[in-house]
Amino acid sequence: MATAASDNKAFFNQLKRYYSFYTGGFVLFVIGVGILELMGVPQKILGYVFLFATILLYAGIGFMSKTADVSEYYVAGRRVPALFNGMATGADWMSAASFIGMAGTLYLTGYDGLAFIMGWTGGYVLVALLLAPYLRKFGQFTIPDFLGARYGGNIPRLIGVLAAVLCSFVYVVAQIYGVGLITSRFTGLEFSIGVFVGLAGILVCSFLGGMKAVTWTQVAQYIILIVAYMIPVVWLSVKHTSVPVPQISAYVSALPKVTALEKEFNDKATPKGAAEESVRAIFRARSAEGDRKLKGLEAGGATFLAEEKKALEDKVAALKAAEAPDAKAIEAAEKAVKDFPADAAAAKKAWTAEKGASARAAPVRAHAEAFPAAGKTPEEQEKNRAIAKKNFLALIFCLMVGTAALPHILMRFYTTPSVQEARRSVFWSLFFIFLLYFTAPALAILVKYEVYSSLVGSSFASLPAWVSNWAAVDKTLMSIADINKDGIVQLAEIVIGGDLIVLATPEIAGLPYVISGLVAAGGLAAALSTADGLLLTIANALSHDVYYKIIDPNAPTTRRLVVSKSLLLVVALIAAYVTSLKPGDILFLVGAAFSLAASAFFPALVCGVFWKRANKLGAILGMTAGLLVCAYYMYLTYPFFGVNAPKWWDINPIAAGIFGIPAGFIGLIIGTLISPPPGKEIQELIDHVRYPSLEGDIDTKGA
Amino acid sequence: MQLTEKHKEYWQRNVSLTGVLLAIWFVATFVVSWFARELNEIIIIGPVGFYMGAQGALIIYVLIIWYYARRMNELDKEYGVHEGDD
Repeated sequence: MATAASDNKAFFNQLKRYYSFYTGGFVLFVIGVGILELMGVPQKILGYVFLFATILLYAGIGFMSKTADVSEYYVAGRRVPALFNGMATGADWMSAASFIGMAGTLYLTGYDGLAFIMGWTGGYVLVALLLAPYLRKFGQFTIPDFLGARYGGNIPRLIGVLAAVLCSFVYVVAQIYGVGLITSRFTGLEFSIGVFVGLAGILVCSFLGGMKAVTWTQVAQYIILIVAYMIPVVWLSVKHTSVPVPQISAYVSALPKVTALEKEFNDKATPKGAAEESVRAIFRARSAEGDRKLKGLEAGGATFLAEEKKALEDKVAALKAAEAPDAKAIEAAEKAVKDFPADAAAAKKAWTAEKGASARAAPVRAHAEAFPAAGKTPEEQEKNRAIAKKNFLALIFCLMVGTAALPHILMRFYTTPSVQEARRSVFWSLFFIFLLYFTAPALAILVKYEVYSSLVGSSFASLPAWVSNWAAVDKTLMSIADINKDGIVQLAEIVIGGDLIVLATPEIAGLPYVISGLVAAGGLAAALSTADGLLLTIANALSHDVYYKIIDPNAPTTRRLVVSKSLLLVVALIAAYVTSLKPGDILFLVGAAFSLAASAFFPALVCGVFWKRANKLGAILGMTAGLLVCAYYMYLTYPFFGVNAPKWWDINPIAAGIFGIPAGFIGLIIGTLISPPPGKEIQELIDHVRYPSLEGDIDTKGA
Repeated sequence: MQLTEKHKEYWQRNVSLTGVLLAIWFVATFVVSWFARELNEIIIIGPVGFYMGAQGALIIYVLIIWYYARRMNELDKEYGVHEGDD
């Protein structure tokens, strides 16, 4: 064993050397691109350079790690040191939603957004304490493997495969969507082409080398994504507070100022508050007008529509007939006639949107306020606040338990050399994730401070460059208009899309375009690495658990790998196809994946280790009940399905796991108690996973 | 394969360590969030309720996992159930 240990140490040192060189090389590359920018190479070309250079790099790593060995293909040869497995898990874990969306969500929702920050980190406590070391000791290839061995028989394994494929597929669609978005934004390629370019990068890597290639690529991707995230934030922090530690400066110096400005904006007695109020009054009037027209349409139908149009036409005529015709007013009035909705359905849609303007008339929400709630009476406000609090806690719970049940994450802990390394590796994983997650809330505050203090109050004639750039590129990210015509920007006149925060930070901080390219490369790395891990999980579940373990246990190694690789290709193409249909809400997809995984896997996995009595019938009942209850609640309440049944205890569909997880536990307990305890062989298996090493131990290492 | 008393004691200690750490995890997450509004009245670095959600809880999670890995790896050696002979 001493030789194995020194082998591991040599391997670790070798890796450290490789990745130090790699990081140095990457920094030189960024500097090189920076020099190109100084020489006047257009930004679009720089975008292409970043896109293709990084994808080539990942493909190169994949090519160098190509393998035909089963253990290397499925679990990277079980020799990934804790530190590097931590980085790989970090990249595997942090998706496009974390990298680009997180800070934006925090910017838009303040305290509420922290549910994602806590949920997506606290889950690792459950992974570390309840699962990782035991799964490592069990040491086969997939999560359904564990269920199959622990509960016996193919049914628990098959339910495991079904749940793994379902939640990983939902999640991978969200990732590929992110890949398409980033490539199309930074290179001007079309969305669907962007999807396939990104997919090519994913496939070359996992196709050739399976888990081995994916692991080493993910380490490389983690380094890019963390560098890309940190540089702009640190710079922004220096610019505002001259302290290079955003995680402190944001709270100590920016947050109090943001809070003071929020109060000023909401106080009509101050000049800023009065200006805000004038904009809000306009939105309230628009909303009232929309409401009036909707009611009229309801009552009068087509007659009302004709009357409204007539009124507009009369107005044009009146303006034209005036003694001194105002050309601008006539133009506006004519446009109103031209844009008038053609039929009742279009009118209803347009006016409902108009009525929705009231949302922009609301006072500014305090960033740090927990569970803000509105209500006409204090009792109603209290009630709404209690609902907000309940949903916040339920969401955290689902995200945490879901973290400890997502197969592509749990699988990573099969790849370490030992149980001890697995424990350490969860620590490194969370540490590397933590670096980004504790920066995101600080970034949100710093950008908010910039917007509240510099953008608000500036003149429309001289908007900051980043504002006009982004407003020109994408209206959903940045839209700004002088509503009350005073020539000065008010907060209520700005609409910001969440994704803008991370994407625009380099420009806000006054950094050159090369850093924007770097951020895009970071976002791409985040999305690609997660997609890699997920696709591999799906393909492995199908090829290893269904094909090898159930259909043909005598299949030779080469055939197993061929099946796995072909499945990978098929799954990737299906996922890309589904993505190109642009299915709804990305955040909901991600949330759904967590709730589904939590309800299906968590009870069976945890009881599998901690409750010796848990048996096959229990696992079957528990997993089915959890999955069904969770999916049923989503079906009932998520607007997409059109049922819109009343919610249970006011819980939002994204936190459906709050019902699914208990259902899973109850099903497991009932099923277990009504059937005999598991046999001696399984008792021994449980002892085997509980103790890192036992005398006369059985061996579960798969070949 | 027969488990000795020592093995059972190892598992007991593992379970109680896990229990204590999970209790800390629960308090840091759910109890603190429950009282977030009240805690926001206190200002240390930032409003405490907000700060705990944005950073404090995360730091506690990292420490929990770090301590568990260290303590368990020690226990393995103490009870002679560690892997390898180094």
